Amino acid sequence: MTARDVLPIALFAAVAAVLPLFVTQNTWLNFAVFTLIICLAAQGWNILGGYGGQYSFGHAAFFGTAAYVTAILQTRYGVNPYPAFVGGIAAASMIGAVIGFLSFRSGLRGSYFALVTLAFAEVFRVLANASEMTGGAAGILIKLDVRPANFQFDSRASFYWIALGLVTVALLVTRALERSRLGAQLVAVRENESAALALGVDALRVKLSAIALSAAITGAAGALYAQYFLYLDANIAYGTWISVEALLAPIIGGAGTVFGPVLGGVVLHGLSEFTKTLVGRIPGLDLVIFGVLLILVVRFPPREIPGLIRMWRGRR
Amino acid sequence: MIEPDPAFLSVHSVSKRFGGLLAVGDASFTVKEGSITGLIGPNGAGKTTLFAIVSGFEKPTTGRVLWRGEEITGRPPHRLAQDGIARTFQIVQPFAGLSVRENIAVGAFLRHRRRADALAMAEQVADRVGLAAELDKPAAALTVAGRKRVELAKALATQPKLLLLDEVLAGLNPSEVRDIVPVVRAIRDSGITVFMIEHVMQAVMNLCEAVHVLAQGRIIAGGTPAEVVRDPAVIEAYLGHGAATRLQASDDRRAGRPEGLNRPPEGSSHA
Repeated sequence: MTARDVLPIALFAAVAAVLPLFVTQNTWLNFAVFTLIICLAAQGWNILGGYGGQYSFGHAAFFGTAAYVTAILQTRYGVNPYPAFVGGIAAASMIGAVIGFLSFRSGLRGSYFALVTLAFAEVFRVLANASEMTGGAAGILIKLDVRPANFQFDSRASFYWIALGLVTVALLVTRALERSRLGAQLVAVRENESAALALGVDALRVKLSAIALSAAITGAAGALYAQYFLYLDANIAYGTWISVEALLAPIIGGAGTVFGPVLGGVVLHGLSEFTKTLVGRIPGLDLVIFGVLLILVVRFPPREIPGLIRMWRGRR
Repeated sequence: MIEPDPAFLSVHSVSKRFGGLLAVGDASFTVKEGSITGLIGPNGAGKTTLFAIVSGFEKPTTGRVLWRGEEITGRPPHRLAQDGIARTFQIVQPFAGLSVRENIAVGAFLRHRRRADALAMAEQVADRVGLAAELDKPAAALTVAGRKRVELAKALATQPKLLLLDEVLAGLNPSEVRDIVPVVRAIRDSGITVFMIEHVMQAVMNLCEAVHVLAQGRIIAGGTPAEVVRDPAVIEAYLGHGAATRLQASDDRRAGRPEGLNRPPEGSSHA
């Protein structure tokens, strides 16, 4: 990575970091932290879906696993939240590798892969809802004990900075991937798997690395979610809502680009918040707007925006 | 037939069956190190299937493939690429969203871990195949001839010992063929053995030292290009049953009339 690769990321982090100095209202900070968590989950999806072209509909499996492991390690085993956080990420990554191994080894692609990941997430949701370990339908409450040593903070701004830090790390990881051999091979697999094989790319190994990394990043979002809201149940942790959020943001912001998921996440959540305040709480209206936006994005993919501008300039 | 050369590529009694269809039946041949060897045959003869078997994309139903004395039958393509066997595809397979440079770099990454090294290698290969001016264009924006060169460059960037070319000249106009023939020869001269499926006979005659002929899944002839095109079995495979005798008869008739010698023989435009 060169300075030119890192500069935009540093700039983004610097600008975003000063936000809590101006915005002190708790509702707004709450919104900002939640958006960052979604952005993080979306960045995870972007590694596998955007760069690898393997569209998962079940990233909730990774989000939820990390969230539950973080919470359970703390509540049941008295583990300090920081190692529990790392444990959650590791568990998500492992689940990713297992799901990846089972589906990629049998050659699942495209919609079949999407359906299988969705099925895994749903199975986890049902199991978490029934198991005693996860608190069943009642969910898990992490005990309130506000101490920085306990990964709980007085001010929401602290959480905002932690979330921003994780998003920045994910941006750097994505950029490093883009510049690495693994990244080049991953994109090659996305573009044309048999051509990649012929050039010596071990497609299975590349896809497994991608899903493990992807699951770890989305897992970080889940673990952070648990730590921030201190409450989990199966429909939150393994719900389809997070799978959809994780894939919608990169697709709208530009899948397979470093800033796509963050851009998409901010636009989506900004927009939904904006419509909510503008038209009151008509249920489902924000979803209608999501839908319209999605149609527009599919028709005019952001990745092609530079091309569209060139075409438009050339035509004049 | 050419003497077996166990030191390089040899195919022993390979058959491939797809359900009731025998695509390749009991094919045996060798490719000599340092040669340009051709594989010709009418459409549907099983050439591409045979290539797929050698490059690891298909497992043969029976038979063995030996590479420098080692059995490689059914070894997956990415491992064969690591071992030094690279291939191109008849229908070009560019990474459409990537630039020419990035396309070639995917191949170069096989032997170069660092991005800078892979990109440098890509530029060097692009130079060899005449793509230096197109490096930053998206692969999808190239002409057919350009995409064929990208296909060639990607395979070359893996630094193979054996290069399998599946109809790199198909779809090119005669002047484009003339441009790319020296490129193929230069590849061989750099020490890479070339094994090519080709329909453009002018190029086969020009380039190949040895040719194997496949018809209906069977190897029916082998030898130098000049020997092979005179082989009655080959002529029949291309032009139909009895064609060889008819051609021979018309040649004999012409031989009786001195002025006939200056006329091109009938059917030569089809061969």
